[in-house]
Amino acid sequence: MAEAVLEISGVRKAFVAPDGGRVEVLDVPSFVVGAGEQVALRGQSGTGKTTLLHVIAGIVRPDAGTVKVAGRDIAPLSEAERDAWRARHVGYVFQTFNLLQGFTALENVALASMFAGPAKVEHARELLGRVGLESRLEYSPRKLSIGQQQRVAVARALVNKPNLVLADEPTGNLDRGNADAALALLRETCRENGAALLVVSHDERVVAQFERVLDLAELNRASRAEVRS
Amino acid sequence: MSARHYSLWLLARRSLRQHALSTFVTALSLALASGLVMAVLAIGAQSRTAFTIESTPFDAVLGARGSQLQLVLNSVFHLETSPGNLPWSTYTEIKTRPGVRAAVPYAVGDNWRGFRVVGTDAQMFDERVLGPRTPKLAAGRIFDDTLREAVLGSFVASRTGARVGDEIHPAHGVDEGHDHDEDYMIVGVLAPTNTPLDRCVWIPIEGMFRMGGHVLRGTGEEFHAEPGEAIPDEVKEVSAVLLAFTTPQVGLELDREINKSGKDATLAWPIARVMAELFDKLGWMNRVLVLVAGLTVLVGAASIVASLYDAMHQRRRELAILRALGARRGQLSAVVVLEATTIAALGALGGFVVYFVILLVASGILRAQTGVVLDPAQFDLALVLVPAGLVLLGALCGAIPAWKAYRVEVADDLAPTS
Repeated sequence: MAEAVLEISGVRKAFVAPDGGRVEVLDVPSFVVGAGEQVALRGQSGTGKTTLLHVIAGIVRPDAGTVKVAGRDIAPLSEAERDAWRARHVGYVFQTFNLLQGFTALENVALASMFAGPAKVEHARELLGRVGLESRLEYSPRKLSIGQQQRVAVARALVNKPNLVLADEPTGNLDRGNADAALALLRETCRENGAALLVVSHDERVVAQFERVLDLAELNRASRAEVRS
Repeated sequence: MSARHYSLWLLARRSLRQHALSTFVTALSLALASGLVMAVLAIGAQSRTAFTIESTPFDAVLGARGSQLQLVLNSVFHLETSPGNLPWSTYTEIKTRPGVRAAVPYAVGDNWRGFRVVGTDAQMFDERVLGPRTPKLAAGRIFDDTLREAVLGSFVASRTGARVGDEIHPAHGVDEGHDHDEDYMIVGVLAPTNTPLDRCVWIPIEGMFRMGGHVLRGTGEEFHAEPGEAIPDEVKEVSAVLLAFTTPQVGLELDREINKSGKDATLAWPIARVMAELFDKLGWMNRVLVLVAGLTVLVGAASIVASLYDAMHQRRRELAILRALGARRGQLSAVVVLEATTIAALGALGGFVVYFVILLVASGILRAQTGVVLDPAQFDLALVLVPAGLVLLGALCGAIPAWKAYRVEVADDLAPTS
């Protein structure tokens, strides 16, 4: 396997339930993604997949274990340090795209680079051109089709030249045609940019397109205990 | 667009644009409030200076026994009614008193188109007597003491459109009244002095004595001046004598002599003190106005908090997205503080517009009523402190919604989760 871009070891995460009790949602013994590798993580609703992605992205700190992203264990870092690390090394594609409505397509992409240093406006422009939106740079998201919005989201995830792109149900809101095209685009652009890709999906059609597939129900021991996050 | 375009300022700007209506309304309310505060403070300061220091070239007013304030208001500001007359002999006595640099007789009681007609003598326009603040001519010449000639103050000329060579008919009384038969030829128009002098029509005092229907009671008996007949000094009267002294000591001595020991006349000295006392008495009104205006600023500031705090509910998702993209909590808080500060700064800018409008209106009213002119462009510390304070207050107001922005959790506010 190529050099690891993501190494998870003994990660556990529990939340406090409304009744005051602790509910364990993650218990992942180990998990590695190599540089440039593309991995699908199959997971049904309630298996802790979003929590796992948040832990990998440094949004949520695990209660235990190590989460090495691009060679650095981010688990012990402060929140601000994890934010900075995420901005530089991790791209994120959301199920609902989560584009900022008050900004143009170009601004949506370039803004994401602002938190990792000086804004990479030219690179943002290139990426949008690469995903076929060179004529839509100044469009606001609401004037773009669903498929076009997804392409903006892909460009945004890659603008900081991250080592790892996380995609949470990236085709969940798309019809079949758009879903296939979006996934192909995501995989291709990640490959072109040398970024590893970790796609979480419950859609078998999506999962089937990856050579390496991990089953979250197997990977996450907490999920086997039928815990809902 | 360059990399410079991308900053926290871009985030703040776009958010304000997205909430343009509430931004506009909040900034407008702050503009009204700050403009009001600046106007109240500036008008208070400027009018106090104008009424106490700059209103007249004279040091004191000598008039009939009565209120010093009424005497000053009547003789210097041409407001109120005259407290009565003084015999001519009082004027001639004070005129020759050592230390009295100038003694200018005033006889009032008539008007022309609502403007006070003042009978006086040529000393009123003599720079050698009154010094640098003597009213100067803009056109024509000073009246001849022996002719029916008039000199108009600048405001009278501009308001009525009267020019040198025109004739005027004074009317009896200080406001309205029947026209006298006498015609006066305008021979001069004064340059603006921005003082009550601009609102007067100046004629020779002899003309006032001889105006049809005027009665002189200097001897206690009624005397009607007849054309071609000399008027004995003992029957003449003046409404007031305006005085300039060589030293303040002279004023002190006259004050003791006339006000404390005498019974026939009143000396209002110094004029600035008499007016300052009036302002001090009315000071509470100014303080109430400042307080009310200050409260409107607080209401405006509260509306910043309310509008941004409410917007936070709608913006939680947007802020969570930014956090997911790598924005730090402090950066998002800074964006919100920047928004609040920007709204306050817009309000402060708008406040200047409101301030200028209020001052122009107030200045117009004050000028029409008293001749005193306020200058909207005149520097006042309030014009710096109020906007600066408002911007600072805006930043402080931003702290509450900023705290809410700080507490946005990506995991909670980025649905859906699994």
